[in-house]
Amino acid sequence: MADPDLVRCDACPVTCYIKPGRAGACDRYANEDGKLVRVDPLVVLEHTIEAGEKVVPFLGRNTEWNGEIVKSPSTFVTAIGAGTTYPDYKPAPFIVSSKVDGVDTVTVVTEGIFSYCGVKVKIDTDRHLGPERNLVRVEGEPVGHVTTGEYGSQMLSLGGVNHLTHGGKKEGRVTCDALLRLCNGEAVEMVVDEGATAIIQAGKPPIINGKMEERMRVGCGSATIGMFAKQWYGKVDEVVVVDDHITGVLSEHQAGKVLGAEDTGIKIRGRKSTPGRYFHVAEPGFGWGGTNVMDPLEIVTGFDPKHAKPGLRMLMVSTTGEQHAYYELDENLRPVEKELPANLRESVDRIAENCEPALSTVLFMAGAGGSLRAGVTENPVRLTRSVRQAITRVTAGGAPVYVWPGGGITYMVDVTLLPERAFGYVPTPALVAPIEFTLKLEDYAALGGHVDHVRPVDEVLKDSALRQVRAASKGAA
Amino acid sequence: MRARIRHIDRRLHLQDGPIDLIVEAFGEAEIAYQAAAERFVTILDELCAELPLLRAGVLPPEGIVARRMWDAVQPFARDIFITPMAAVAGAVAEEVLRAMSAAASLQRAYVNNGGDIAIFLAPGESLRIGMVDRPDTPSMFGSLFLTADQPVRGIATSGWRGRSFSLGIADAVTVLADTASMADAAATIIANAVDLPGHAAIGRRPARDLAPDNDLGARLVTVAVGDLSAEEIDRALMRGCRMAERCLERGLIRAAALHLGGQTRQVESVPQIQAA
Repeated sequence: MADPDLVRCDACPVTCYIKPGRAGACDRYANEDGKLVRVDPLVVLEHTIEAGEKVVPFLGRNTEWNGEIVKSPSTFVTAIGAGTTYPDYKPAPFIVSSKVDGVDTVTVVTEGIFSYCGVKVKIDTDRHLGPERNLVRVEGEPVGHVTTGEYGSQMLSLGGVNHLTHGGKKEGRVTCDALLRLCNGEAVEMVVDEGATAIIQAGKPPIINGKMEERMRVGCGSATIGMFAKQWYGKVDEVVVVDDHITGVLSEHQAGKVLGAEDTGIKIRGRKSTPGRYFHVAEPGFGWGGTNVMDPLEIVTGFDPKHAKPGLRMLMVSTTGEQHAYYELDENLRPVEKELPANLRESVDRIAENCEPALSTVLFMAGAGGSLRAGVTENPVRLTRSVRQAITRVTAGGAPVYVWPGGGITYMVDVTLLPERAFGYVPTPALVAPIEFTLKLEDYAALGGHVDHVRPVDEVLKDSALRQVRAASKGAA
Repeated sequence: MRARIRHIDRRLHLQDGPIDLIVEAFGEAEIAYQAAAERFVTILDELCAELPLLRAGVLPPEGIVARRMWDAVQPFARDIFITPMAAVAGAVAEEVLRAMSAAASLQRAYVNNGGDIAIFLAPGESLRIGMVDRPDTPSMFGSLFLTADQPVRGIATSGWRGRSFSLGIADAVTVLADTASMADAAATIIANAVDLPGHAAIGRRPARDLAPDNDLGARLVTVAVGDLSAEEIDRALMRGCRMAERCLERGLIRAAALHLGGQTRQVESVPQIQAA
């Protein structure tokens, strides 16, 4: 071992002694002029662009350094493929420096192993997926639950440490696999207890009980009245927009009143909120406007003869325009379904036209905990503080993230913004996701960073190219 | 956790340090992959705990994989220099395959550790395997059709152009045996035997000059092979064939294909390898 240029690799427990110009047993690390270098490729976004894959543009909006990592020539070293040194008792696999507008910046590139992680899924549909708090299952295993609904959308919270590691072994495995597939943009079928079967894929329309959801509702029933009142007025006497949230009634609604709409004597089931706005006209379900109603007349309990007249014209429509029916009252003031007149057809089509395409969207959420931070700095809490103070910018595979306020580095990222196949897993089970920390070199030094491990970006890119280095394998393994 | 676990198509890629496995299972594949991943993550640590012992090859080791390596080289160790490291790739493949077939009901499965392959076949199943003559510039020279009623469950290839050092000059020696670890050990021994001792066109260097901690120590490993005449190629291959035949007679292997300078020799009890 007298050779002064001999390098002892510490990337794995084989700890090969590597001669200059040669690689270790793995072919991944080599000795270049007495330095240990990595010779297998990282995912570099420049390469990704060549391959025609989707990337996140890092557009310089101003001349000041704004947290971008490497501006010239649109090269961004992502953590995908960087590997990890977990537990990170030693520096992260790549600590890359570059000059951005004359400021020395450092990007610490690593792949985090997240046992505290999950996804929040937003499903643009009014359809009732299942009661809030009910379990969501994949292959019969609980992987998450239905959480608070959002505007025009049902929300699922999947994964998390309780399903990943605190539940049964199969539960953990299935959860990890479902998260991985969702994060990598694959479709996952899931079933809600006492609810629907849904096929969810990030950035694609949800398929609920075998039916693809095409449109997200234009607004709640009341809002729909407000948006289309003018187009209806004069063409029809009454419009009921059926909606599980708020069903709107044109003749009673403020928007109708302003136009001079007359009372129709309609009586609607449910609880009246303010004039023309009804809560709880039916139970949630897969029928009209996210209710369980298949025949909309179920929510009309009758017409008051004081105001209603035979021949009165009524349109009933859902918030996506997907369901609609037209009625006229007979001499007994009973609604009889008739063909939708052409001038009303237009307004129904207009509702549909104004709906946004329904999508499932998946946000990956994870906490970068104790040891990952140690790979970045010898003083982990300072990293957390610097992120908090916006001195350090966090990205995931080059994609912007939202860092949740409060303690720790808990972040969310839209999985469709990461390059393909950015996520992996370990059988712990836990997900592996890329994470990069970018900050000014001087700030990095100040927070106790592994400054002696910083390498210029050009060097990393050079090493990233596949090179022929003959290996010493079996003997060294 | 250093180990990387990735899905490629429907296959599984497992990597830890120098170990790179491509795994594919048919049947309860997901259960098998989970079992493979769980078994895999500790293998490198287990091996490294006994690495000095395995490189020396004098005393038997304790670990399951290490024992498999040791057992595979014992039939050769009395007569020839060999350490358990000669069977490491096959033994790792075998152990991961064992974990998979124990956990899941499978029709067929393979674990490919850089060309050293462990195979599982349920009754009635079969597998077609392509074979290459030079690991550094792979092109198919033949294929192999394995059926469950044949005893072969391991395939390994060795040669000086591959990832490992060789004492011989074979471009590649592919061996079929009942286990992957035995195939690995035998391929190493037969590839070492394909040689022209003292030939001026063959470059050799002490293994330790290239990799200081290699198990081959001061032994000369092949680093270059110059032009050889047809007669010389034949002579070198014949030496290898004699070694392969001895292995065959002792029941250690089922077949071997030896390649050098564009020539091929096959040694087998029943024909198994078909031309491409």
